[in-house]
Amino acid sequence: MAIFLTENSKVIVQGMTGSEGSKHTRRMLKAGTTIVGGVNPRKAGTTVDFDGTELPVFATVAEAMEKTGADVTVIFVPPKFTKDAVIEAIDAGIGLAVVITEGVPVHDTAAFWAHAQATGNKTRIIGPNCPGVISPGKSNAGIIPADITGPGKIGLVSKSGTLTYQMMYELRDFGFSTCVGIGGDPIIGTTHIDALQAFQDDPETAAIVMIGEIGGDAEERAAAYVKEHITKPVVGYVAGFTAPEGKTMGHAGAIVSGSAGTAQAKKEALEAAGVRVGKTPSETAELMREIMKSLG
Amino acid sequence: MDLYEYQAKDLFARYGVPVLPGTVATTADEARAAAEELGTTVVVKAQVKTGGRGKAGGVKLAKTPDETRARAEDILGLDIKGHTVHKVLITPASDIAEEYYFSFLLDRANRNFLAMASVEGGMDIEEVAATKPEALAKVAIDPIAGVDLAKAREIVAAAKFPAEVAEQVADVIVKLWETFVREDATLVEVNPLVRDPQGKILALDGKVTLDDNASFRHADHAELVDVAAENPLEAEAKAKGLNYVKLEGQVGIIGNGAGLVMSTLDVVAYAGEEFGGVKPANFLDIGGGASAEVMANGLHIILNDADVRSVFVNVFGGITACDQVAKGIVQALEILGDDATKPLVVRLDGNNVDEGRRILAEANHPLVTLVDTMDGAARKAAELAAAN
Repeated sequence: MAIFLTENSKVIVQGMTGSEGSKHTRRMLKAGTTIVGGVNPRKAGTTVDFDGTELPVFATVAEAMEKTGADVTVIFVPPKFTKDAVIEAIDAGIGLAVVITEGVPVHDTAAFWAHAQATGNKTRIIGPNCPGVISPGKSNAGIIPADITGPGKIGLVSKSGTLTYQMMYELRDFGFSTCVGIGGDPIIGTTHIDALQAFQDDPETAAIVMIGEIGGDAEERAAAYVKEHITKPVVGYVAGFTAPEGKTMGHAGAIVSGSAGTAQAKKEALEAAGVRVGKTPSETAELMREIMKSLG
Repeated sequence: MDLYEYQAKDLFARYGVPVLPGTVATTADEARAAAEELGTTVVVKAQVKTGGRGKAGGVKLAKTPDETRARAEDILGLDIKGHTVHKVLITPASDIAEEYYFSFLLDRANRNFLAMASVEGGMDIEEVAATKPEALAKVAIDPIAGVDLAKAREIVAAAKFPAEVAEQVADVIVKLWETFVREDATLVEVNPLVRDPQGKILALDGKVTLDDNASFRHADHAELVDVAAENPLEAEAKAKGLNYVKLEGQVGIIGNGAGLVMSTLDVVAYAGEEFGGVKPANFLDIGGGASAEVMANGLHIILNDADVRSVFVNVFGGITACDQVAKGIVQALEILGDDATKPLVVRLDGNNVDEGRRILAEANHPLVTLVDTMDGAARKAAELAAAN
């Protein structure tokens, strides 16, 4: 079954004709994603050829949905236009919007999130500044490399792109139901908790890896959620133990401010909730390996 | 980007938030001249981007220009929590009847904004929040609706501001909201917001953090960057579009992706415990497309850091192919030539790893050691740093 994205997902790409958008549309198609078109008002009515697959370009998300039945959009438009692109997707009522764009002003993210809430929360938003979501062997919406590993029973949710890839690689012999990169911005659509909840409800997911990093208290809140609601085994990893206070570590949200947001606090919260936390990505993978072996 | 107090207050003034006049001085003589011009008792305030200035001796009263000169001399050059004071703000001393607290900030958990207000200002607000949470009003702000006068009055009522200042405070709150939104701030804090004996409300101090992601619509924000106070290596990296943070240790780090690089710092620090406490020297994320040029730029910055004893290049080839990264390393070493003098430990995994490893093995550069795993490579880099 996987979560958020399945073999039945019909995907459109906002920004498909741009350089990043076209590069990754090609990769997503190669990974077996059902991509049904792109959106660009200036190129509406044309088609784009991706190694033999002709994809139509529509003027709006609403039109693309109407003509193709698309239920997922992957957004590659530049930061300046991201807010409008997401709001357009929300207004069209699409089920899932995966916002890959990095460098979106946080006031814009707050605005499109508030808009989604105000209009009935019909669109699940993943990102911004995220690698997207992959259900290996089924569909890939975003930029996660599809050839690292195949389908399996582990669910993965992570703030970091490359740590997602690293963990998929470490556990490649087991495979994954779905891997969700939620992004490292201060405000994001889908959170650790949303993914944990979906993995708990997904019969194909047997165990969950969650990867966090310094900044905010999302991991602490996720820990509380795990304690209350998750019965499947969860292992965790937190990056940034050695990050000094007040320095932003690459992601806009990755900053230790005052006593809040430290990796140690997050690790302790997770462990108190019964989550086994690895000291390094390899050790975390080892913990999951033991769990998967015990599950048989 | 965090602003200095004087920059924050300049922004406030632009939006009509009442502040006292002030002059920035970088020398004791300039401070004296500023006090003379103001012709009144002044406060000499260290301009550093950290809290706790008062406790550290960074804020002093001065009754005369000569005294101002002396106090500025004391404060300039002072180290406050690792920040050296290069500038002081000379501003008239204000009589204070009451001190309040006010801020707008991001609420990550609720994915909106938050107004925080208290009539118990002037002290560490985290302490108020911890010891007397009922004294700190928190009001959620809908990013779309924003803060109009009615919302501001709601905040004023929630924080129980005295009736005689309620309308003035509400007006200031609306103006602070405009500052917050129009400048794309992630934090606007006034601590203390004061009532003077005449009943006038003033923003006596200010703290503003601007969103770097929004710089495309704020050309003027570039002028707020204090180039002189930046670490020179950080400034060079920024000019080359690299994400670099200087740290205190000895192992230079290059990796792709913020999370993986953060993780690499941790793994090196753990490994370093075995070798006399060797630590990572920096954070450097070369991002997705690790071309030879980007790799050379990154290596150049790290090898120019006198503290660096060894370098750990940790790349997981996701989008980027490892053979490209390997070529990048080889070409970077060619470009750098004799400037490259420190040992490099390289760990490659993922997309096209075999070809990447083959390229490095073939190049057989005397400085390069290839290690298969991240933990093993971290250990090797720490060992080399300790030995060099």
